[in-house]
Amino acid sequence: MTSTLLLVQLLNGLQFGVLLFLVSAGLTLVFGVMDFINLAHGVQYMLGAYLAASLGTVFGSFWIGLALALPLSLAIGLALEWLVFRHLYDRDHLSQVLATFGVILTLDEATRAIWGSAPLNVPQPAGLSGGIMLTPALGYPAWRLAIIGAGLVVAPLLWWLVERTRAGMLVRAGSTHRAIVSALGVDIGRLFTLVFAIGAMLAGFAGALAGPVYAVAPGMGDTVLILAFVVIVIGGVGSIRGAVIASLLVGLVDTLGRALLPDLLRLVLAPAAARQTGAALASMLVYVAMAAFLCLRPAGLFPVRRA
Amino acid sequence: MTRALRTQALPLLVLAALAAAPFVGFGDGFALTLLARGMILGMAAIGLALLVGGAGLASLGHAATVGIGAYAVAWLDLAGIDGAGIVVPVAIGAAALFAGVTGAVSLRTSGVHFIMITLAFGQMAFFTASSLSFLGGDDGYTLYGRTTVFGAGLLQNRLAFHFVCLGLLALVWLICSMVLDSRFGRVLQAARDNPLRVRALGFSPYPYRLIACTLAGGIGGLAGVLLANATEFVSPATLAWTRSGELLFMVILGGASRLYGGLLGALAFVLLEEWLSGLLTYWRLLFGPLLILAVLFLRGGLAGLGRRDG
Repeated sequence: MTSTLLLVQLLNGLQFGVLLFLVSAGLTLVFGVMDFINLAHGVQYMLGAYLAASLGTVFGSFWIGLALALPLSLAIGLALEWLVFRHLYDRDHLSQVLATFGVILTLDEATRAIWGSAPLNVPQPAGLSGGIMLTPALGYPAWRLAIIGAGLVVAPLLWWLVERTRAGMLVRAGSTHRAIVSALGVDIGRLFTLVFAIGAMLAGFAGALAGPVYAVAPGMGDTVLILAFVVIVIGGVGSIRGAVIASLLVGLVDTLGRALLPDLLRLVLAPAAARQTGAALASMLVYVAMAAFLCLRPAGLFPVRRA
Repeated sequence: MTRALRTQALPLLVLAALAAAPFVGFGDGFALTLLARGMILGMAAIGLALLVGGAGLASLGHAATVGIGAYAVAWLDLAGIDGAGIVVPVAIGAAALFAGVTGAVSLRTSGVHFIMITLAFGQMAFFTASSLSFLGGDDGYTLYGRTTVFGAGLLQNRLAFHFVCLGLLALVWLICSMVLDSRFGRVLQAARDNPLRVRALGFSPYPYRLIACTLAGGIGGLAGVLLANATEFVSPATLAWTRSGELLFMVILGGASRLYGGLLGALAFVLLEEWLSGLLTYWRLLFGPLLILAVLFLRGGLAGLGRRDG
């Protein structure tokens, strides 16, 4: 493994981490603020990818597809909240898990019915389709760099929104002192809906960005969802800063593990076995990290202080 | 005795109906396959109901134990061993060991963290299964013969297999009922309702919960052996987290407050799945909303229908 390849894998890991961050940001806020486990958050990611891909094909431009996918994701998030999730806030976590599991089954199947089971191929967006030469010898896809750039814009913006604005202050207050905020005359239900809608839109945004990189297929949200849970457990439930750090960590560990472990194992195993074991170990690494955190530091890296 | 008969009338009726089914028009291959699937999933769900309803531990990784049981069958088959005398204890032991070890770690957490850590362990088992290249990796492993009992192909016969499943199902239900009714079970249920008081009485809930996890895991392993024999095929999909979600749904659908709720839920699940998939290609479009509605409105589960004490 040469240093340029390592650099490429590092960038891939960062890019995957950014996507994970966009998905887990909404999940961690919803979980932290409303104490609501939403398994269907991954579905928002999938729908964002499908909407951007198919609308991009219809209008002939990926950018129009992306621009339309955002408000649509927001609308779908609001609709789901109004139809299903709203009735689950005061139920136990088990009911929330099961009902949102039902939402996954329904929407995965709906995707299959509308777009078919075969993965969609999304062409690289116009203007960012080529590669950029990082060093004279090393080219890297421009679109992946654009994803990293998107993360660099969204993360500070979200942090500012939560930590420095009035709405963010209410969200933070609502997550620790729900009853008091409500007694002070804040419509906590509307606040939660707002948080929910923004989270859904971010997940949709992540899906739309992911389209040209990964295969757009039914069920693509499930893997991302479970990794997003790993992220919020490691980062600390409800913490945007934790989500940023943990997403990048998980993205890097997962990507580098997949790239490096098979080569490392080849030193002791036969090539075919090394490839398979390496891939399995790499997939497992993040879950081992999650189990370790849950067991030893359940509040995560950046615990949100609770009253 | 009369009280016991009254409270257990429904599960006994269901078991009797399952025993009679092959002789009243459900004896063809299709119906027996379907019923076997329902009974096997019901067995796993009863084990999970012991955890969810009895101990208050919602595990989202229970399918891993079923998968481990099934993979034990495949692995031993590859090694040329297919006698039930070895296969069944190994499968149960492996699944119970997995459940015990992961339970020892998971039980240090509670509530929503328990749900997530069991999910994490389930995913680990899933990825391990997909990496077993000598057992087909992602593609799975086809069994060319069923497990033999004392050298005889008892399980080859569909009707015999039906009654083996039924007998083991009844046994599992009986064991779990006895466990819940014992002093051990009382502590388990008390720790579910109020761990603080249980501690104050001088009990530590941890070892009780750990034994319950291990027991449920062993039952999952047994169900896995039967599942591998029923489908004659083993793949990582058996361990997928969606399977765990489905098992959990069976328990809640049937009613977590009763052990046999797992059985009712599993039978309802399998029949519903069969009916809807005959009705519509994209049958989950109906199944998903039904699941959501069941969670929202059917709070006591099927076992709670027509019951007022809820």
